[in-house]
Amino acid sequence: MHAWTLRCALLLVLALLAACGGAPTPVQFHASGNPEKLSDWHLLRIADGRLSLNAGVVPYDLNTPLFSDYAHKLRTVWMPAGSAAKFDAERTFDFPVGTIISKTFYYPRAATGGDVVLADDLSAPPVPAGGMPLAGVRLVETRLLVRREEGWLALPYVWNAEQTDAVLSRAGDEFPLELQREDGRREGFTYVVPNANQCAGCHATDNRARRIEPIGPKARHLNRAYDYGNGAENQLEHLQRVGYLRDLPALAQVARNTDWRDAKQPLEQRARAYLDINCGHCHNPSGPANTSGLMLDSATRDTLRLGLCKPPVAAGQGTGDHIFDIVPGKPAESILAYRMASTDPGAMMPELGRGTRHDAGVALIEAWIASLPGQCDLL
Amino acid sequence: MRRILLPAVTMSLLAGCQPSAPPPPSSADVAFQKKLQEQLIDAKPGDVIEIPAGTYRFDRSLSLRTSGVTIRGAGMDKTILSFKGQVSGAEGLLVNASDFTLEHLAIEDSKGDGLKINEGENITIRGVRVEWTGGPKTTNGAYGIYPVKTRNVLIEDSVAIGASDAGIYVGQSQNIVLRRSRAERNVAGIEIENSTNADVYENIATGNTGGILVFNMPNLSQAGHSTRVFKNRVFGNNTGNFAAKGAAVASVPAGSGVVINSNDRVEIFDNDIADNQTANIIISSYFSTNYMNKSGVEKTFDPYPEDIYIYGNRFKGGGDSPDGMDLKALKVAMYGLNGRFPDILWDGFLNKDRKVDGKPAGPGICIDNGDVKVLNADGPHDYGNPAEVGAEFRCDLAKLAPVELARP
Repeated sequence: MHAWTLRCALLLVLALLAACGGAPTPVQFHASGNPEKLSDWHLLRIADGRLSLNAGVVPYDLNTPLFSDYAHKLRTVWMPAGSAAKFDAERTFDFPVGTIISKTFYYPRAATGGDVVLADDLSAPPVPAGGMPLAGVRLVETRLLVRREEGWLALPYVWNAEQTDAVLSRAGDEFPLELQREDGRREGFTYVVPNANQCAGCHATDNRARRIEPIGPKARHLNRAYDYGNGAENQLEHLQRVGYLRDLPALAQVARNTDWRDAKQPLEQRARAYLDINCGHCHNPSGPANTSGLMLDSATRDTLRLGLCKPPVAAGQGTGDHIFDIVPGKPAESILAYRMASTDPGAMMPELGRGTRHDAGVALIEAWIASLPGQCDLL
Repeated sequence: MRRILLPAVTMSLLAGCQPSAPPPPSSADVAFQKKLQEQLIDAKPGDVIEIPAGTYRFDRSLSLRTSGVTIRGAGMDKTILSFKGQVSGAEGLLVNASDFTLEHLAIEDSKGDGLKINEGENITIRGVRVEWTGGPKTTNGAYGIYPVKTRNVLIEDSVAIGASDAGIYVGQSQNIVLRRSRAERNVAGIEIENSTNADVYENIATGNTGGILVFNMPNLSQAGHSTRVFKNRVFGNNTGNFAAKGAAVASVPAGSGVVINSNDRVEIFDNDIADNQTANIIISSYFSTNYMNKSGVEKTFDPYPEDIYIYGNRFKGGGDSPDGMDLKALKVAMYGLNGRFPDILWDGFLNKDRKVDGKPAGPGICIDNGDVKVLNADGPHDYGNPAEVGAEFRCDLAKLAPVELARP
């Protein structure tokens, strides 16, 4: 038989097997090129109104996540068999070549349908064994970070209207959505998918080296429970158990960011966790915002670097006519709170990644600033 | 070297002259934005991306991260990248790359900074115009042309108009040549801040709030020093300060020609400085920004301008209508209603403990400019005892070496 025909026949057999519920295609790591469709990677499977994860694709969540216009996120990690990430106490784990990290942004749809989606601060529930039901869900985009020989590559995929697959959109995308907030208020906004270069705007946490890396998979963000289907298990221990993580020390020694929503935790820890994940990737000594002198990552202790009584550097209209980054006790006079609350592209912070105001996040940071002691004595 | 000639697309007509919201980008604009951004993503070192004459509308920032790329238009009045109505991203074009050249095009009306190059070396900006076309407004972006944390930077034959902080601004960088450019109707026309080894020459700064600024801010990655400002024309910088409050530049009085703040080893020579209604040259310290506070300024910061050498400039007019009540009152008290400030205004803050070679030394301000006078405004005592400075500023300093950019 002609080799071409033989290959077609084999593929047909495999497709038939898959359709009959036989062995599905395993995850496919592409070591080069820009695969046009998310399905080319075989990470996620859409079938029978559910989204399920392929074998070896492990979901995870963060203690406090990045705010992205109230989108829920399904995060996964996959590694080639026999390879594992190396634990790091502070920084993103050292993942092996062949790692695929995915983050699917989605919203619960409002009852009215159309482009109206619900805004809430609830966590994405763990993916059940049969897969996540897609009724009433709008899948928006899936961002991949793939670890190739030469480093990480960012690939943004946007879901089609039929919700069957996502298409590569390296130049980014934008479309109108309408948020329905918990109090019923509706608000139109433009959902923006960053272009592949803009991924580095946050993910090049070392701006001089210009290397991008994942931000979420760090000890302090992952150190929490997740229900993988057999009750809750610590994510770090689970990753070690399935062979995806090595050198994990005793959990008692591992840092842990607070859940920003947990009112039983100290305000300071909640606020610092929020700032760490929303700002710290740029606002750290080697990140893209180190030009500002303002450092908001979890490692920063110096109150001046955190912004207390610190004059702004290049904020422009982002100052909101205020004169210090943080005025202790006075959120209404603080540039930090102003920029977090703004939705003007010329003033808002983060600079990219949101188009709407995170009401509860702003309230948290305002409460934290209000609780800070001291004052800015002008000389 | 690969040349990529982008296909000429239908020229997009600018909206009519109403100040209302601009029409959404046309489908041609949307396609061009996607195509150009993909070109930037796929660019390889050595590539030249050419953009033909035309006005192209963008609603999101453009981003480049590959080194060795040239982006070239057909001329700053011919190839226009308009970001009016920008929906996402602060900058017009954000670059994080080395060996980068941008030439012969314009960036208009970005929400934030027009052109920002963050971290890179061997940066060339030539024949580039960044402009906010509605004129001076606080809502304009802060910086027009904005290399920061860069090394070996050449900015030439370029134009910046309407920036709400500084038109052409170089920050936290080393080895800079900024020449033959024009800055008009910005708050600060041209600014060198926390940078070392800069030559600023043969530029025109007019119609700004302050013409040319050489500043040092605290809490940043490096302190700046060694700047030469020469053969520039700095005149009529009397536009009211339209910066957002909070920025240091908001403290610059309208009518400032050349302003030094907290920076050391600055030479100002062979310039034509005229008709700046507060003063043609202002020498000031961080205390005059009204920002100095107990806890928000790092202890190692040096707020005093030292080793300032001013010689061989030609002055005319200016000082006749200073900005702000304090300075107005000061002028009237000392020089009468129809008088004017001397060409050089010093805020009077100095480091009493300053030592040079182990011996106590004065502020290190040297002026060799004929009969040009200097007014000490007596800032440390709230302008209580202003007086003209006499011979104590008649001294000389070793001249700085010309900046040499490491270029092939």
